[in-house]
Amino acid sequence: MAAIGDDLVWMSGNEAIALAAYEAGVKVASGYPGTPSTEILENLSTYEGVYTEWAPNEKVGLEVGLGASFAGVRALVTMKHVGLNVAADPLFTASYTGVRGGLVIIVADDPEMHSSQNEQDSRNYAFAAKLPMLEPSDPSEVGALLKEAFALSEQLDTPVLFRTTTRVAHVKSVVKKGEKIDSPVIPGIEKMPAKFVMLPGNARVRRVAVGERMAKLKELAETADFNRVEPGSGKRGFITSGVSYLYVKEVFPDAKVLKLGMCWPLPEKMIRAFASEVDELIVVEELDPFLELHIKAMGIACHGKDLIPDQGELNPAIVRKSLDPASIAQLFAPVPLPMRPPNMCAGCPHRGIFYNLSRLKVFVSGDIGCYTLGFLPPLSAMDSCVCMGASVGIAHGMAKALGAEAKGKIVSVIGDSTFMHTGLSGLINTVYNGSNSLLIILDNRITAMTGQQDNPASGSNIKGEAANAIDLEALCRAVGVKQVDVVNPHDINGCRKVLEKALERDEASVVIARAPCVLLPEMKKAKHIPFSTRLADCTGCMACIRLGCPAISWNPLTPEEALAKGYKEKQKGFALINEVQCNGCGQCQALCKFDAIVRQEA
Amino acid sequence: MGAQGNILFSGVGGQGILLASEIMAYALLAAGYDVKKSEVHGMAQRGGSVTAQLRYGDKVYSPLIEPGRADIQMAFEMMEAVRYLPYLHKDSTVIVNTQKILPPSVATGKATYPEDVLDHITALGIKVVMVDAFDLAREVGEVRTANVVMVGAISAFLPMASSVYEEIIAARVPKKFKDVNLKAFAAGRKVSQA
Ligand SMILES: Cc1ncc(C[n+]2csc(CCOP(=O)(O)OP(=O)(O)O)c2C)c(N)n1
Ligand code: SF4
Ligand code: SF4
Repeated sequence: MAAIGDDLVWMSGNEAIALAAYEAGVKVASGYPGTPSTEILENLSTYEGVYTEWAPNEKVGLEVGLGASFAGVRALVTMKHVGLNVAADPLFTASYTGVRGGLVIIVADDPEMHSSQNEQDSRNYAFAAKLPMLEPSDPSEVGALLKEAFALSEQLDTPVLFRTTTRVAHVKSVVKKGEKIDSPVIPGIEKMPAKFVMLPGNARVRRVAVGERMAKLKELAETADFNRVEPGSGKRGFITSGVSYLYVKEVFPDAKVLKLGMCWPLPEKMIRAFASEVDELIVVEELDPFLELHIKAMGIACHGKDLIPDQGELNPAIVRKSLDPASIAQLFAPVPLPMRPPNMCAGCPHRGIFYNLSRLKVFVSGDIGCYTLGFLPPLSAMDSCVCMGASVGIAHGMAKALGAEAKGKIVSVIGDSTFMHTGLSGLINTVYNGSNSLLIILDNRITAMTGQQDNPASGSNIKGEAANAIDLEALCRAVGVKQVDVVNPHDINGCRKVLEKALERDEASVVIARAPCVLLPEMKKAKHIPFSTRLADCTGCMACIRLGCPAISWNPLTPEEALAKGYKEKQKGFALINEVQCNGCGQCQALCKFDAIVRQEA
Repeated sequence: MGAQGNILFSGVGGQGILLASEIMAYALLAAGYDVKKSEVHGMAQRGGSVTAQLRYGDKVYSPLIEPGRADIQMAFEMMEAVRYLPYLHKDSTVIVNTQKILPPSVATGKATYPEDVLDHITALGIKVVMVDAFDLAREVGEVRTANVVMVGAISAFLPMASSVYEEIIAARVPKKFKDVNLKAFAAGRKVSQA
C-alpha cells in the first residue's frame, strides 16, 4: 500500500476491508485463513488499536466476534466461503441473539475454485439464516459499504454478512481513505438474558424479532444509497450486484442498470418499478440464480441462468457471449502445451512423507493444505480429500466398514493447522470408538497453503509475537493415543521404518512428521548447503526423479549423446540438480543407490 | 490521456510477477489513468502457471481482460507466453523473458518442453520482443532483478518517462538494492529501444 495522493491509496479489496474496519472503529477481529479472505486480518493486524487473532477455525472465530459484540464493541470476523459452513452453527443463532456492538462477518467466495475444493454461493446463507448481506463491486466501494454494515448491525440489532469474491478481494484499485468513526454503543458487561440465552422460550420471542427486523431491512433497502438505478438507453434493463455489475458496465456501458449493494433482503418495490420500465429484464449474477429466483418469486418475469452460466466465474467475455453473441471477435486458437500445475517447494518436508506413502500399499485419506499436492504425479499418493479435518473421520469410517481387511491399509494425513481446525474431534472419535487407522500429522509449524499464517501449534500469534504453543504429542496422548511417534520427514528411510511399524498396530496411532516449511522467514534466512549431482555416477535410474522435487530435472539423452557423455549407450538420460533452487533437504540423496547425489562442501 | 490499454502478465509462481505488475500500476496511476489490477493468490503460487491482469484508461470497469483484447503481454517464461495466446490480438506486443522453467511433467521425463515454442506467436505476425532478463540481471549484479529488467523492457512501449518508473522503483526496493534495480530497469529499457 502506498499513498498516491493525500487520501487516495492503491489497494486490494482485502486491504480496503482492513482499512475500513479500522476506520469503522472495530476493536476485535478474529477469523481463520482461507483464500481469498486471508489478507484482511493480516492487514488489520498492522493497525493500532484493533485486537486481531487467528482462531483455530471459523466457528470459534465467529463466536469470538459474537462475544466481542455482546461486550459492546464492534467486531469483524473473516473467512472463505467453506469457512461459513463451519461457522454456520453460531451464525444461525447469532441471527436470533442479535448484537450489542456491530458485528460484520466477511465471507469470501471463490467462483471458479481458483484455490478451493468447491464452489459455493454464500448468498444462500443470508436467505437461510435471515440476515442482511452487503456486496461491494470493487475496492473503491468497500469503505462506505462496510461502515454502513456496522451502522445497520447496531441500528437493526443484527449480524451483517459482507460478501466478496476473488475478483473483489484480489483486485486492486484506487481507494479513498475515510473518517475514523466510533460506535455509539458503550462497552461493558450487560446481562440481557432474553436476548442472549437462546432457550426455546426466549428463542421463540427472538424469532418474531428476526421477522420484524427483516421486514424493516426490506423497507430500508428501497431507499438506501447502496441500491441504485443507473439510467440508460435501450429496451433492456439489468439487475446485478458484486463484480458482475462491472462486467455489465464494461459490455453495456449505456444500459439501464439496477445495482444492488445489498443482495439480501431485496427491495421489491424498486425491482418492480425497474422491471416495469424495461421491455426485457436480465439478471446478471455469478454462481447460483439467487437474485433471479427471488425476483421470479415476486412474480416478475426475467432472464437469468437461461442465458448466463451458473458455474464458474463470469467475466466480460462471458457476459458478451451470453447476451450479445454477434459482437464476439474471432480469437487465436490455444496451443496445446504441457500443463503447469503447482508443486510443493524444493525441500518441502511433506514430500518425504508422500514419497513413503507412494511406496506403501495403503489408502491415503487426505486433507487440505499444501500437502494436498501429494495427490499429483509423480507422488500420486492421496486417495481422498473432502474438507478440512475430514481425513480422520473418513479413515475411521473405512476401517469400521472393512474390519480386519483394513488392518495396516488405511492412513490419514493432516496438516498441523488443519488438525487444530477440525481434525482433533475426528481423532477423539477414532480413539473412543476404537479403530486402528494411522494418523500422520504433517507438522510444518505453520499454516502454509494460505501464505504462512501462525496457528495454535506454531508458537506465535498473528503479529508474530510469542504465544502459547499447543503440544501436539501431549494433546494426542491426552485424548488416549498410546503410541505417538515423532519423525523427521526428510529422513526418508527412517520414516519408512516408523510408518511400517505403526501400520502393524492394533489400535489408533499417530505419527507426527515435524520439519519446518521452507518458506518460513527463519528458513529463508538460513544458509542451505545445496546438493548436487555427480554426473559421472548418475546411471539414469530415475529414482530421485520420482520425488518430483522442482530442483531436480530429467535430461533425456539419445544413444549417441549418452556415449558422448561417457555413459552406456542405453542410458536414457541423467538427473540434474539446480543448486540455486535446492534447499538442501537431502531427501533425494537417500534415494540414490549410486552415491551420485552429494552435499556440496560448506 | 484518452488512451486505454490492457496488460497481461504471465509466468510461473515465484518469479516476481506481482512486484513487476505493481510497479506498472503505480506508473500508470502517476500518469493519471484509472487503473485496475487482478491477481490470483493461493495454491497456484506454488510454482504453477500464474497471471496478473492490468487495465488502464479514463474509466475502468472490469478488472479482467477479455480474450482477444490484451494489448501487451509481459511473459516471464517462454511457454507461459504461448499459453495465453487467445488473449492476444494481431497488434499485440509480447515481451518475453527467454527463460525456460520446466513444468513437473517435463522435469520428470513424462513430457518434453516444446521446441521453438515462441514460433506459435511469431507465426501469427504478432510482435515479440525477446529479453534475456536473467542474463541481464546477472550482468547488473543481482539475478533477482530479472523482473525489473522486464519492467524496463515494457516501459519503452508506454508513454511514461523513465523517471516515473525510476522514482517508483526507488521507493519500493530496499535502499541497498536501489542502484542495482535502477540499472536493471535501464538494461531492460535498452533492449526494447534497440
Ligand atoms: C473450512 C475451511 N477453511 C479454510 C480453508 C482454507 N485452507 C485450506 S488448507 C488450509 C490450512 C492448511 O494448513 P496446514 O494444515 O498446516 O497444511 P500446510 O498448508 O501447512 O501444509 C487452509 C487455511 C478451507 N479449505 N476450508
Ligand atoms: S509452502 Fe511450505 S508446506 Fe507448502 S509446499 Fe512449500 S515448503 Fe511445503
Ligand atoms: S536435496 Fe534433493 S530433494 Fe531436497 S531440495 Fe535439494 S534437490 Fe530437492
